[in-house]
Amino acid sequence: MFKKILIANRGEIACRVIRTARLMGIRTVAVYSDADRHALHVRLADEAVRIGPAPSAQSYLVIDNIVAACKATGADAVHPGYGFLSEKTAFAAALEKAGVAFIGPKAHAITAMGDKIESKKLAMKAGVSTIPGYTDVIDGPEHAVKVARDIGYPVMLKASAGGGGKGMRVVRNDDECRDGFQRATNEAVSGFGDGRVFAEKYIEEPRHIEIQILADAHGNTLYLNERECSIQRRHQKVIEEAPSAFLDAKTRKAMGEQAVALSRAVDYQSAGTVEFIVDKNRNFYFLEMNTRLQVEHPVTELITGLDLVELMIRVAAGEKLPLKQSDVKINGWALEARVYAEDPFRNFLPSIGRLVRCQPPAASDSVRVDTGIEEGSEVSMYYDPMIAKLITSGSTRDEAIDRMADALDAYHIRGVSHNISFLNALVCHPRFREGRISTNFIAEEYPDGFHSADVAQAEPHLPIVIAAMIHRRFMDRAAKLSGQLPSHERKVGSAFVVVIAEQQHAVSVVPVAGGHEVRLGGRTHRVSTAWQFGDALIRADVDGRSVCFQLDRVGVRYRLSYRGAQLDALVCEPRAAELSRLMLPKVPPDLSKFLLSPMPGLLVRLAVTVGQELKAGEEIAVVEAMKMENSLRATDDVTVKKILAEQGQSLVVDQPILEFG
Amino acid sequence: MQDVLQQLQEKRAAALLGGGQQRIDAQHGKGKLTARERLAILLDDGSFEEWDMFVEHRCTDFGMEDQKVTGDGVITGYGTINGRLVFVFSQDFTVFGGSLSEAHAEKICKVMDQAMKVGAPLIGINDSGGARIQEGVASLGGYAEVFQRNMLASGVIPQLSLIMGPCAGGAVYSPAITDFVFMVKDSSYMFVTGPDVVKTVTHEEVTAEQLGGAITHSSRSGVADLALENDVEALLTTRRFFNFLPSNNRDKPPVWPCEDPATREEASLDTLVPDDPAKPYDIKELITKIADEGDFFEVQPDYAKNMVIGFIRLEGAPVGVVANQPMVLAGCLDISSSTKGARFVRFCDAFSIPILTLVDVPGFMPGTTQEYGGIIKHGAKLLYAYAEATVPKVTLITRKAYGGAYDVMASKHLRGDVNMAWPSAEIAVMGPKGAVEIIFRKALGDPAAIAARTEEYRRKFANPFIAGSRGYIDDVIMPRQTRARVCRSLAMLLNKQVTNPWRKHGNIPL
Repeated sequence: MFKKILIANRGEIACRVIRTARLMGIRTVAVYSDADRHALHVRLADEAVRIGPAPSAQSYLVIDNIVAACKATGADAVHPGYGFLSEKTAFAAALEKAGVAFIGPKAHAITAMGDKIESKKLAMKAGVSTIPGYTDVIDGPEHAVKVARDIGYPVMLKASAGGGGKGMRVVRNDDECRDGFQRATNEAVSGFGDGRVFAEKYIEEPRHIEIQILADAHGNTLYLNERECSIQRRHQKVIEEAPSAFLDAKTRKAMGEQAVALSRAVDYQSAGTVEFIVDKNRNFYFLEMNTRLQVEHPVTELITGLDLVELMIRVAAGEKLPLKQSDVKINGWALEARVYAEDPFRNFLPSIGRLVRCQPPAASDSVRVDTGIEEGSEVSMYYDPMIAKLITSGSTRDEAIDRMADALDAYHIRGVSHNISFLNALVCHPRFREGRISTNFIAEEYPDGFHSADVAQAEPHLPIVIAAMIHRRFMDRAAKLSGQLPSHERKVGSAFVVVIAEQQHAVSVVPVAGGHEVRLGGRTHRVSTAWQFGDALIRADVDGRSVCFQLDRVGVRYRLSYRGAQLDALVCEPRAAELSRLMLPKVPPDLSKFLLSPMPGLLVRLAVTVGQELKAGEEIAVVEAMKMENSLRATDDVTVKKILAEQGQSLVVDQPILEFG
Repeated sequence: MQDVLQQLQEKRAAALLGGGQQRIDAQHGKGKLTARERLAILLDDGSFEEWDMFVEHRCTDFGMEDQKVTGDGVITGYGTINGRLVFVFSQDFTVFGGSLSEAHAEKICKVMDQAMKVGAPLIGINDSGGARIQEGVASLGGYAEVFQRNMLASGVIPQLSLIMGPCAGGAVYSPAITDFVFMVKDSSYMFVTGPDVVKTVTHEEVTAEQLGGAITHSSRSGVADLALENDVEALLTTRRFFNFLPSNNRDKPPVWPCEDPATREEASLDTLVPDDPAKPYDIKELITKIADEGDFFEVQPDYAKNMVIGFIRLEGAPVGVVANQPMVLAGCLDISSSTKGARFVRFCDAFSIPILTLVDVPGFMPGTTQEYGGIIKHGAKLLYAYAEATVPKVTLITRKAYGGAYDVMASKHLRGDVNMAWPSAEIAVMGPKGAVEIIFRKALGDPAAIAARTEEYRRKFANPFIAGSRGYIDDVIMPRQTRARVCRSLAMLLNKQVTNPWRKHGNIPL
């Protein structure tokens, strides 16, 4: 067995590998760029080596630096994690030359699967089903019908030069095919000046389902069942689960066996993943093979009880797999949600900055948090802005989903924007619960983006009850202020009105033994909580049901986050609520058409051009003042109309830098 | 007897209607509450005791003798906010446009006098067209009577002004003297001369909102401490704010039970100051992580943002925070941030509120704008205010404390009671680079030598230990333990007694 493993990666996966290595009694070496000097993976490892400046092209992607780090520390094996160098043949080769073991497949397998066309040919040869299609140019309508019949309807006709949906036609029978071919050709000519059209099987309600493979050097190749990763946003996986709610035992076995066949075909050794696309009739087609540990491997670990990193290390060290295919079981259900520093309300714009608050939910047998950052860490512009992978399990899919929703409710992040509310809205979506998902789920359900206020609440009374109870607590405490008029002290009444989204809800809140009673719309709710002033999370029991709300105080309002919704509640006495109806709605302020310099200083960077469209939050310019760089960002989505200052110019306060259109 | 009771009821009913339903509707139409509705939200339910409901003006010119409305355009009296006594006046725009007559002014003066006698704060709600022109100089006299009392009350009882409508001409000078001014966006404005006069005199075209609206005064002029969305929010905010204020200059600030442990550690503060000395960070993160429950009531959040001021509680008791903000202008001191800080320090000092100063200051802002504007005089205000203050003063240097700005920011030499530093503190005459370029001017042509000397200077002076060796810093503390250390320091200082020498008054450089 290896004595010392170097992890050629950063963030959560580096921490993940270190954890297993430590359990196996293997020493660990972390590598880091300047930006990661204080990162968690550096502190967790036994040793750490600096490998360059912040940009990954100068650090995590420099093979020589990593090989040198191995030599310097005497590491005898390298785990590449995912991304970075994990699927670079040259890296595996360089390590081999340096006499360091690569914890992953052999170089030839990486090469074979790294090429899309090559891998598809290999798959066909190994008897793996691939998406049927006709990649040559189709001659005319009748030829199109013949091709389509061969492929089997429905068929997608596509312009060779196409893109963006133009020149694309889905056809379901011969007539449609003739007509569709003509239209697709016309569109292709008018759109791209190139009338060539080809055909491919159209996958209806496509699902992304992948098979986890594990193989040793002794001819043992197993499939560890599937993961479904259909919940994607622009081809980025958002939520993954294992097993898939869609597969039956027969399909699972067939997919597993084909994946094994493909792995054997390239003499695969290590953990790997064969990705398939599955249509609504459970026909499956090979997409590609990933020759590394996947981001979403934990869901497989939770249902199989295996440690994939440990098994990868053992295989790389030449050991035999300690299990047979018949030992591989599916125990319950597991879900993974990728927690990202991105703003779901602003078109998922990545957010960078300091994690002012970051408290993950408590880990347990059914809740796992894989993360590489902690409170006070910086989400930097140099790397993937993933904060954590949140994984939950349960004996059923519903139980795993419930636990995920609870865990997301308890995940407290402030300082950078994050997608917790979006993730929670997804897992609480009725369609997701029913398992009626496809890779189009997000695009279909959130066509205009995500709006937290629109998230349907299964129990709309909960935020009202919680806001009322919290307010009563604050009022009762304020009534304990010193210096009150003797015998005329403040008496807090029980009647309040909770105003959420201009809807007024009359409540009465009375403290009772062990909690509060909240009357709302003729019903009485009992609330008890151990919440103390200052706690960000309100864990409460409402009528026997346990809930967890996140609380922020915004001026005189309470901002409550729960199950993907974010609500601002104003709680006041009935007279104030009545009078608040008289307040005029505010028209959004006219955003100034100019970007003004907020200070006198030097315009050190102005990286925009006339006509450029900027998203809210994007950096427009950097003004240096007092030797400090101040970043100016777009406060809204804007277009640059005119540039009024030059880079390198000295600016006075309020000097216009840009005019927006 | 029945008749008299009946008469009282009728008189009250008439007074409660103010300028009549039509004018009340017009007030509501502008999104504004009436004078009485405002008091209903501001004060504890049922606590308002009204005075002078039956006062009428005494003007007999221009037909005024036939136009009398009881109360004469201002509602006065007292009540409680969370059980604590407060005197109030609330101008009634529905009666003669809330204009100030001699009688109207007398009503205000009466509650001010009473507030002074019993040592209770005063909150004035301003919504007035200005002087009652029909009364001429009697009205002007009325203003001055109010101003005189504002001045006498200054530093004796806290005075708050809520601007919830027009407040123009001479009327602005009463709020100007009070301790805090809150304005309502879109429905209030303050200016010495209105847009029409401005146009005639200077040919400037400007709207009332641009000239003297809530945004203008809270972000450009610094006249207002807060700009709030509407009447209801302004009044509810004022209730929260009031909880920080003592009743008078002999009283202790109000405390409440605190559940947040003083020993709470914040591990993430160890990484708040970035490695790169040129990189900013948000000082408000430190403030909220020190504060009880993370609750920070910031005032003037949009004005002179390089200086952050406001109130927090520590172990349930109010503390005034003054902090340089590295995110804006590197946290330097300039004219507006100095005056912003100085006035706040003096308020806290006047009302026995301890001051926590958080220092990360690279110096005073250079440039002609600043020098011509009198940064010397205005910077001296902050120096004067700190030097004068006798309340408990706890200072923490997080990073830079350079030059004169180090002295000014509640240093040991200005009677700082407890002066602490984080290990990242750099206490020196100036930054290492600047210092070396002066000391080794002859070596300027040799970048290697300069770099070496800079590093030497950094090692030697860019730390808290030189200051520590002289006792200018009492201790260098772990950032994560800041809350505990500040709480203990303030607990130790609870009975601090320092008196400045007797004098008529000091001569702060105005």
